[in-house]
Amino acid sequence: MSTHIAVRDLSIFYNDSCALKNLTLDIQRNEIFSIIGPANSGKSSFLQCLNRLNDLHRGFRKTGSILLDDMDTGAIDVEELRARVGIVFALPFPLPMSIADNITYGPRMHGVRSKARLDEIVEQSLRDAYLWDEVKDRLDSQAMNLSGGQQQRLCIARVLAGKPEVILFDEPTSGLDPISTARVEETMVLLKERFTIVLVTNNVAQAARVGTRTAFFLMGEMVEVDETRIIFTAPSDPRTDEYVTGKFG
Amino acid sequence: MNLRKIREAVIERGIFVSGITSIIIVLLIFVFLLKEGLSIFLSVNPLDFLFGEFWYPISEPPQFGVLPLIIGSLFVTLGAAVISVPIGVASALYIAEIAPPRTKETLKAGIELLAAIPSVVIGFIGMVTLGPWIKELFGLSTGLTALTGSITLAFMAMPTIVSIAEDAVTAVPRQYREAAVAMGATKWQTTWRIVAFAARPGMFAAIMLGIGRVIGETMAVMMVTGNAALIPHSILQPVRTLTATIAAEMGESVQGGEHYAALFAIGIVLFVITFLINGVADWYLHRTTGK
Repeated sequence: MSTHIAVRDLSIFYNDSCALKNLTLDIQRNEIFSIIGPANSGKSSFLQCLNRLNDLHRGFRKTGSILLDDMDTGAIDVEELRARVGIVFALPFPLPMSIADNITYGPRMHGVRSKARLDEIVEQSLRDAYLWDEVKDRLDSQAMNLSGGQQQRLCIARVLAGKPEVILFDEPTSGLDPISTARVEETMVLLKERFTIVLVTNNVAQAARVGTRTAFFLMGEMVEVDETRIIFTAPSDPRTDEYVTGKFG
Repeated sequence: MNLRKIREAVIERGIFVSGITSIIIVLLIFVFLLKEGLSIFLSVNPLDFLFGEFWYPISEPPQFGVLPLIIGSLFVTLGAAVISVPIGVASALYIAEIAPPRTKETLKAGIELLAAIPSVVIGFIGMVTLGPWIKELFGLSTGLTALTGSITLAFMAMPTIVSIAEDAVTAVPRQYREAAVAMGATKWQTTWRIVAFAARPGMFAAIMLGIGRVIGETMAVMMVTGNAALIPHSILQPVRTLTATIAAEMGESVQGGEHYAALFAIGIVLFVITFLINGVADWYLHRTTGK
């Protein structure tokens, strides 16, 4: 195990309101680091900070630092950072084009031209996202026609095509039915072998199912972080216990 | 209960009638055009009419060849499209995607103002400022040319193109932008390859409406193109458009006469051209949206 992402004394502000206070945290290589917590706990703000998507919001400001492989994310070219740290959003949003084109969009944008290479990327990414068998005969049909769960796995494949090292999942199954949710979770567990995964979820049980370690955020502060097993069986803070057992939140 | 049903039925019929009124009016106009215009083909062969190179309606014998007028309209329209489409699309993207809020409001207000200027005023400005300038720039004997008409009309098409294209760009879901940025796209790659791509049916509609306005425009074009009914060999020669011909000559023609019918036949030609443009636009839109 080695530290992949190191967060040091990070605080996030929107205008004058503080969304996250003095967070210090290490995320290990090849783990699923899941973050649970009620609304307004700062978990999504933190996630979007990791690939600087927050930069797009007006009034966003942060103090402290985030190091990716010992390099400050502020010092990495922002487009390169976002290619290295991919994100899967809550709602699947395929681009209005074919399945194959959705996958090759990123690589084409970054200059891959060869047809054979692109085909290879399409197949590999779809296989990695466990969608290949379901769509291999209709790669040229509109991505919009896929089911919700398939669309979400297509979005995962699209992120994989960008060859990231870290994948952020921002409540990836909140719009999906239980069966699709299960498929996406299986996918995450298998992807852990090759990527570092940070998962933000409103579904406490999901963190229990897939998380290597779990952190509990509350009102902009990290209350506790530990092995998932410990968080769910013997947390040291009573607030964690109340949240994971469903007494509030 | 019965009263409510009657009320529903009345409202439903009312809406239905309003809905089909516009279609009925279009049909009536077309029928009227055919009725007044088709009689010209009793004395002139339709092919000679469409492809005749000379439009001398009042010489003896008269010659009714509308080819110079069609080419005149095409020259002016294409010229206006070449100028207004890139500028219009670019400014729509700028306003919707890049401009800070205050600049955006100012620009939108300005463009709406441009749309509100009466065409005769734009024609007048084109005639007294643009015309002489073009005459001097290219050393011509007259500044009233197809190019002058194109530039003038480009300014009339632009507000339509910009405001409709801007709506289309603004309507692109925020999630597309986020997805693009998250894949490591730069601002420009996001704007051009994702946002403009997703908005292209709307942009296409904007361009078509803009071009439709240019083809139908009469007053400004009559004032700045020189109105010579000759086949032009370059955009620096005077041309006369289909619309300007009808407007200029309708007052002088004898009602029910040959010349009168020929002008209506020009109306039919115009109608067919706009119908074709709309048809192509429709076909394209359905093809790209896959519906």
